[in-house]
Amino acid sequence: MATTQYLFAGFGGQGILFSGKFLAYKGLTEDKQVSWLPSYGPEMRGGTASCSVILSDTPVGSPIVSKPDVLVAMNLPSLDKYEDSVVSGGTIFVDSALIERKVKRTDVNVYYIPATKLASDNGMPTLANMIIVGKILKELGGYNEETVNAALKKVISAKRADMLETNLKAMNIGAEN
Amino acid sequence: MADKVLMKGNEAIAEAAIIAGCRHYFGYPITPQTEIAAYMAKRMPKIGGCFLQAESEIAAINMVYGVASTGLRVMTSSSSPGISLKGEGLSYLAGADLPSLVINVQRGGPGLGGIQPSQSDYFQATKAGGHGDFRMLVLAPSSVQEMADLTVKGFELADKYRMTSMILADGTMGQMMEPVSLEYDIKPMPEKPWATTGTKMEREHNIVNSLFLQPDALEKSNLERFERYKYIEENEVMYEEYMMDDAEICIAAFGIAARVAKNAIVEARNKGIKVGMIRPITLWPFPTKAFEAAAEKAHTFISVELSMGQMLEDVKLATKCKGEYMLCSRVGGMIPSPEEVLAAIEKANGGAK
Repeated sequence: MATTQYLFAGFGGQGILFSGKFLAYKGLTEDKQVSWLPSYGPEMRGGTASCSVILSDTPVGSPIVSKPDVLVAMNLPSLDKYEDSVVSGGTIFVDSALIERKVKRTDVNVYYIPATKLASDNGMPTLANMIIVGKILKELGGYNEETVNAALKKVISAKRADMLETNLKAMNIGAEN
Repeated sequence: MADKVLMKGNEAIAEAAIIAGCRHYFGYPITPQTEIAAYMAKRMPKIGGCFLQAESEIAAINMVYGVASTGLRVMTSSSSPGISLKGEGLSYLAGADLPSLVINVQRGGPGLGGIQPSQSDYFQATKAGGHGDFRMLVLAPSSVQEMADLTVKGFELADKYRMTSMILADGTMGQMMEPVSLEYDIKPMPEKPWATTGTKMEREHNIVNSLFLQPDALEKSNLERFERYKYIEENEVMYEEYMMDDAEICIAAFGIAARVAKNAIVEARNKGIKVGMIRPITLWPFPTKAFEAAAEKAHTFISVELSMGQMLEDVKLATKCKGEYMLCSRVGGMIPSPEEVLAAIEKANGGAK
């Protein structure tokens, strides 16, 4: 696909912006045109956080994703709010550890993954976001060790270099579940 | 090619300012531009610069006045309500013919308004930054790369014309990240023989001042300033034309609105509608001639903006009200969707049949 529009949504603190940033950097490493737009303001503080990421072969027009090709829902309010906005034939990733209901749409592909539970079971409670990213890359293609590593190095500061391995592990867990 | 990095628009402005030689930043936090101040707070002490969080926006703009008087590159940044507070200082800077860079990352208004993106300070920036007869160079970035490029350009123009350059951005431009390359060939600053740098007992005192009690002297300073403005209007206009060659419908949009409009134009072109866009990069000086030329071929102008038609007035003036005009806008922090813009284009197209 020439242009893929992603919408990541969940609670503030779930790493919504971080996972979007990783994907944007991965796109940049692969010479794609990219944009990343966060929600900002009071809604970031404990409320819902979201971020729009666009990866494209051509220059990005509007950076606002109103009709995502891919929706990542990490809490129920996000699924409720954005389920209907996904394009027909698009894909929804649901953190099934936090969202009990199923997706109602029948014209989209849905992947359920208990990311938050997998994260705590594996001693990485803050990395449910990257488990879902691993799942996305496995299901939609695009897992490339080289660009994944390069992108991780961009989003993880040098001081936290020890987190690199843990993030990779999280993504592998996502890919296997 | 230089390595591209992902940066927020606000951060790109801050880093570009430092590259352009700015070593003095004064500000007061306000969403959605606080990353500029945060970036400056981190970087300035490391490079021998000065970051100062002033006690208010009014204090910050007057600190800008002080540093500008010495001829050094200086900036402040804020968002809409904070820019209103700076209005007095902007007028004084103009009255004293001082160069400076002021960033407005706009949010919805009036009043304290909201914190989501807006373009409703268009009038304020292009026509009424403060009291008195004066202009500011108003630059409107539409990408993170332009946030950086126009910051460098803004300093250069400010120095060249002894004026304030204002970057008129919005919350989206400030918060979004895009790849940006920050390789610039920074030209040396022009000589500033007027700057108050100490006489060293070798010259007369330089006086920086905006008070002229003799009306004839004050008139003279105004007239001289407007000679400069006339030159700028003829020489410094910047805009981008998009699919305008055969356009019968012309969209006018800047900043984030232009990005949204581009999506709609692509869709409309797929449907065979001859639509294009003129995107002003300088809002003052306004690309009057480009719109005038477009009016020869286009029957309808659609101003897509995050305000209640503030720019539409300039489009009408530029085209001498010859065409049909439509406004496609959302306000208060809302942004028109590409579908809304496409609907406006289709309406304009149907109206012509």
